[in-house]
Amino acid sequence: MTMQLEAPPSVDPSPRGSLTEEGSGAGVDRLFRRVALLAGGAVLLILLLIAISTTNQAWPAFSEFGAGYFFGTEWIPSEQLYGILPLVFGTVVVSLIAVVFAVPISIGIALFITELAHRRVRGFITLVIDLLAAVPSVVFGLWGFYQLIPIFQSVFNWIADLVSGIPVLNVLFAPGSGSSFMSAGLVLALMITPIITSVTREVFLTVPVNDKSGALALGATRWEMIKGVVIPHSSGGLTGAVMLGLGRAMGETVAVALLIGASPQISANLFGRGETMPAQIFRSLSEASGTYRSALIGLGVCLFVITILINISARRLVVIVDRRIKGTA
Amino acid sequence: MSTVTPPDAPESDADPTPAEIRKMLSSASLSTKRRVRNTGASIAMVLTFLIAAVPLVFMGTSVVSQGIGVVMSADWWTQPIPGDVGRSDLAGNEDLCGLGFGDTAECESGGSTTTVVEGMQPAIVGTFLTVFGASVLAIPLGIMGAVYLNEYGKTGRLAQFIRFMTDVMVGVPSVVMGVFVYSIWVVRFGTSGKSAFAASLALGCLMLPIVVRSTEEMLKLVPNSLREASAALGTRTWKTTVSVVLPAAIAGITSGCLLAVARAAGETAPVVFTIGFVTTTNLSMRGQNTTLSAQIYSQLQNGGTIATQLAWGAAVTLVVIVLVLTLAARGISKRFAIVGS
Repeated sequence: MTMQLEAPPSVDPSPRGSLTEEGSGAGVDRLFRRVALLAGGAVLLILLLIAISTTNQAWPAFSEFGAGYFFGTEWIPSEQLYGILPLVFGTVVVSLIAVVFAVPISIGIALFITELAHRRVRGFITLVIDLLAAVPSVVFGLWGFYQLIPIFQSVFNWIADLVSGIPVLNVLFAPGSGSSFMSAGLVLALMITPIITSVTREVFLTVPVNDKSGALALGATRWEMIKGVVIPHSSGGLTGAVMLGLGRAMGETVAVALLIGASPQISANLFGRGETMPAQIFRSLSEASGTYRSALIGLGVCLFVITILINISARRLVVIVDRRIKGTA
Repeated sequence: MSTVTPPDAPESDADPTPAEIRKMLSSASLSTKRRVRNTGASIAMVLTFLIAAVPLVFMGTSVVSQGIGVVMSADWWTQPIPGDVGRSDLAGNEDLCGLGFGDTAECESGGSTTTVVEGMQPAIVGTFLTVFGASVLAIPLGIMGAVYLNEYGKTGRLAQFIRFMTDVMVGVPSVVMGVFVYSIWVVRFGTSGKSAFAASLALGCLMLPIVVRSTEEMLKLVPNSLREASAALGTRTWKTTVSVVLPAAIAGITSGCLLAVARAAGETAPVVFTIGFVTTTNLSMRGQNTTLSAQIYSQLQNGGTIATQLAWGAAVTLVVIVLVLTLAARGISKRFAIVGS
């Protein structure tokens, strides 16, 4: 079988310029690079702007009240008393409650996904967790406000009755109301479970398969393998995951605002009403003016600084982990 | 079968049959304590999942059952939000009149003089408007930022720093973004500064780091051989990026952006004090506006049966929007996933 080959198209033997020489389009390349750099720098610029503009607006409150602003124990705007400690206290307590409940649950789910579940079940679980992450905060708040508060009210009263004779516990769990530190903390726990689960899962996935198979080959049960190999290998990443959850919990706003009872106070009673920093900003900033507005923006500055610090330390800890945290992060 | 038998083994203990070996190696031969612990741990893992899933189902069913009624009517999508619902609510409700809450004159005249048309169009329009504005601001910027991180900066010091700060920015609470825009925009322009645009700014700040990080993850998955092949043909880096790298990763980028959009659509805190309040549809980026999430909150504050109805209805609408976006994102990223290099 023969074939007539056509002559190759004539090629200009001497292309314009050599390969090392800059041809046309180099300018576009440089421009593109610069635009990309600017876009990347936008993140830094925005963070810087947030810090500067909010501090600037909050300055009147900072300078007027000085240390009293940061260490005052009374937040009563109607009497011009702006001490943020009750709000900081509320924020910390609520987030700690959330983390205490969310961490064991998240670790359990992450272990379920990575160690126990069949491939198909795994898809289903991640779908459920993704859906949980997708539900807007305000919907959690609405649901909690109408459906959970009555339930919480009776459960809390029952528990308060139960522990009324026991010292310490009867202070922590004294009779209170349906909207309380505990109510907000419990709903918050549900809201931060997806983020802690997804980071924890990423951490568990970095455990070398050889170590796990080795443990199993030595006759360890699955639980012993988890306890002896997976958990020790992941301790750093787990701490990071917990802190990310904590940071998330501290900034969560609407759901907490609807469930905490809007009463800034430092009280050991977890079933009592309280208030957090984001909830206070959210509730009042729209109508506030003058010093009150400054004081509220100052709360924003404090919240910004606290969450930045928490996130920086958390990211340091999970830095070994592949940073795929998706949209839930 | 050649098993090594210890020399002092009794004669009767002959080679174990395969069934016996299987039994020895199965969990049946574990001590009770170890077996119970192992089973207990497995059950605990399943339980933790149920603890998270049951409230989700509970919440889903209550949101749908409470809110589906109003959403099903055409009025919901086409009519303005009833203003002053607290009052019209009382007029129409004899129970409240009986309890002494109602206006006396209205109650005596039989109550139901006012009919309330339950509409939510302004909030639905406002949600789309603000989210659209935020996307226009954040998505191109975020994608370009990711291009810088993955195609130019790579492991350089500046790129590492930007990457780190982007992760940190993901963790900045949304309410802080709201306070930020409030302090640069609303404080300066007063109430007239409250607009869909201001809310878009806040939501854009929220979306930006999410878009950057998710896009960069997707760009990382594009095999280097594609870039090299393109470069070998003499293509400029920018052209390679625009016509080879980005199209290869487009599915993943879309999915990440959809997740960011879903997140922004559900946000309340940064919106409430940057957008103001309206009860009629406002199609402009200027002037006060409202969103579904803001409506849920403010109707809940109003109280009363009709306002509650509106809040639940808005919740259903919002959840449907967010779920569609989330599921679309999942679907796209599954369907068109690049096989990792």
